[in-house]
Amino acid sequence: MELKEKLIASFMAFENQVDLDDPVHEMRSEALKNFEAKGFPHRKMEAWKYTSLAGLQNVDFSLFPKADSDLEYRDVKAYFLHEIDTYKIVFIDGIYSSYLSETTHDGVDICLMSSALSKPMYRPIIDVYFNKVASREDSLTSLNTAFTREGAYIYIPKHKAPRKPVEIIHFSTGNEAAQMLQPRNLIIVEENAELQVIERHQSLTSNEVLTNAVTEIFAGKNAIVDYYKVQNDASTASLIDNTYIDQKANSQVSVHTFSFGGKLTRNNLNFYQDGERIQSTLKGVTILGEKQHVDHHTLVHHQQPNCESHQDYKGIFGSRSTGVFNGKIIVDQLAQKTNAFQQNNNLLISDKAEVNTKPQLEIFADDVRCSHGCTIGQLDKDALFYLRSRGIPEKEASALLMYAFANNVLESVRIPEVKARINKLIAQKLGVDIGFDL
Amino acid sequence: MLKIQNLHAGVENKKILKGINLEVKPGEVHAIMGPNGSGKSTLASVIAGKEDFEVTRGKILFQGEDLDDMAPEDRAHLGIFLSFQYPVEIPGVSVTNFVKTSINETRKAQGLGDMPANQMLKLIREKAALLEIDRKFLSRSLNEGFSGGEKKRNEIFQMAMLEPKLAILDETDSGLDIDALRVVANGVNRLKSEDNAFVVITHYQRLLDYIVPDFVHVIHDGKIVKSGDKELALELEEKGYDWIKQETVV
Repeated sequence: MELKEKLIASFMAFENQVDLDDPVHEMRSEALKNFEAKGFPHRKMEAWKYTSLAGLQNVDFSLFPKADSDLEYRDVKAYFLHEIDTYKIVFIDGIYSSYLSETTHDGVDICLMSSALSKPMYRPIIDVYFNKVASREDSLTSLNTAFTREGAYIYIPKHKAPRKPVEIIHFSTGNEAAQMLQPRNLIIVEENAELQVIERHQSLTSNEVLTNAVTEIFAGKNAIVDYYKVQNDASTASLIDNTYIDQKANSQVSVHTFSFGGKLTRNNLNFYQDGERIQSTLKGVTILGEKQHVDHHTLVHHQQPNCESHQDYKGIFGSRSTGVFNGKIIVDQLAQKTNAFQQNNNLLISDKAEVNTKPQLEIFADDVRCSHGCTIGQLDKDALFYLRSRGIPEKEASALLMYAFANNVLESVRIPEVKARINKLIAQKLGVDIGFDL
Repeated sequence: MLKIQNLHAGVENKKILKGINLEVKPGEVHAIMGPNGSGKSTLASVIAGKEDFEVTRGKILFQGEDLDDMAPEDRAHLGIFLSFQYPVEIPGVSVTNFVKTSINETRKAQGLGDMPANQMLKLIREKAALLEIDRKFLSRSLNEGFSGGEKKRNEIFQMAMLEPKLAILDETDSGLDIDALRVVANGVNRLKSEDNAFVVITHYQRLLDYIVPDFVHVIHDGKIVKSGDKELALELEEKGYDWIKQETVV
């Protein structure tokens, strides 16, 4: 049975496992209908021209998590930002691990989607926010909505900021030959509140994993949210990440996506600006090898005047890896004085690597500044000669140049330990020890 | 130290160097002058091992060793240094970290361990003072947003740190105002010794007022057409390069 049929057929079984009276169940049924009508996206669709899900649909994925895996902290410590104290929401094969997690209800709620859906006290919040910024048209988002059950729930009320960053980590232990996971996150950061999140999906075996995640983020007036996505997964793990962000006036939201591995990764990152003087920052570093594939599809919808968006994506592609960048910016007629910047630069370090990059600007206002640029190139030979003439061997010199190429994306990372970690991953990925901490 | 014998080199089908002969001994300063496009910078790049150029005839010997097909980093490890006319910007890598990497890679090639941190720091301070470079400058990204003068001063700082046997200064005076020129020249003069040698490539005589050469060579159309002492540089300044060109044709 193809994956689509299997998913639809399993919905009744899923309904037996969840509370049909919970506030979102009607949305689940609606969403299933949308997925049933549209199915998986395919390459004849413009937005999926360079990313094929065909191979994944032939895999016999287990759709429901099996709770038989425990992990010891020491075995997975490396995947946590262990240098500093953090709140942790950890899932093993889709099931919440209270043992590895550290949640809180102390002035803020950093906990689970399943609790938020089942406990009446959260109902007013769920009613206002759940599935309100996520697309109801996109079939993969609908698929996730239909099977909404678990994920991270973060609620930061007005004027609050948690004492430490939050890590959301999904481990797969390979307790099924192939597993599909559909985490659903809801993050609300109210007026004048602040939040920092680090999200990671990590498969621990070579068994196949497909994750179709949806994250909704609501940033109230003056809110500040920094979100870091670390994608350095096994070469048998695929991720479709659908992130939707609703921003109110004067809020600042940044999302940094570090894509260093995985079989297939599709990042659908959508910003909706609903207020004036909003700042949206979208940054990414992609470093791929093998036959890995990463597709960044960004959308920034400027709906109000005097807002800014800043996009900067750098990609380094080796071996037979492939990359896509599609950056869509919509500026409504009302959104005068918009300042939208978009940059995508790529280095191809192998003859067989491939990148497709496309800016897509739809501007309906006349007094705006929108700039965009994309480049695809190779390492600068003169620069390489410069470094080598200083005694730095070719491999290290290349790595240093690649690091320099990707570096400015890291400037806006506000957690020093995250920056250090990413620097280390970059050095590791480039396969060098260049004698100092990058 | 450096012996260049009948060197022919070029790119693809274009010949640039057409039979260069040059010998540089320890303790000497050689100036190489010539009009634009005569092959001065190509000569510098070929000695340093830039792979864009192909040596078609002749050879370069450094301390008796044939440099043919030797990688640029290996030449650097032997003690050859090229100060670039257009140094490359490397964002995110500080001047200090770059110099440390450079020194430690060179030590590694010589079978030595990393230079101890305190020794490195002392050396950096000493050489930075020599070139009137302040500490803030050292933590800036290499060459990023540097003025022309800062770039050149940084090149000479790297040279001072690496203490090469042979330093080739490619148009180090271009883009320098007179104060920067004096600082750079002063740095070079202080580094001069009985054991090292300098090849100073320049279009103008000006730099040679500060770095006084033992020999002056004029390149035209890929060949050294005239050699002399520092007086030759003054004569060129006065008469211009046309004089040499005409003399060559005759």
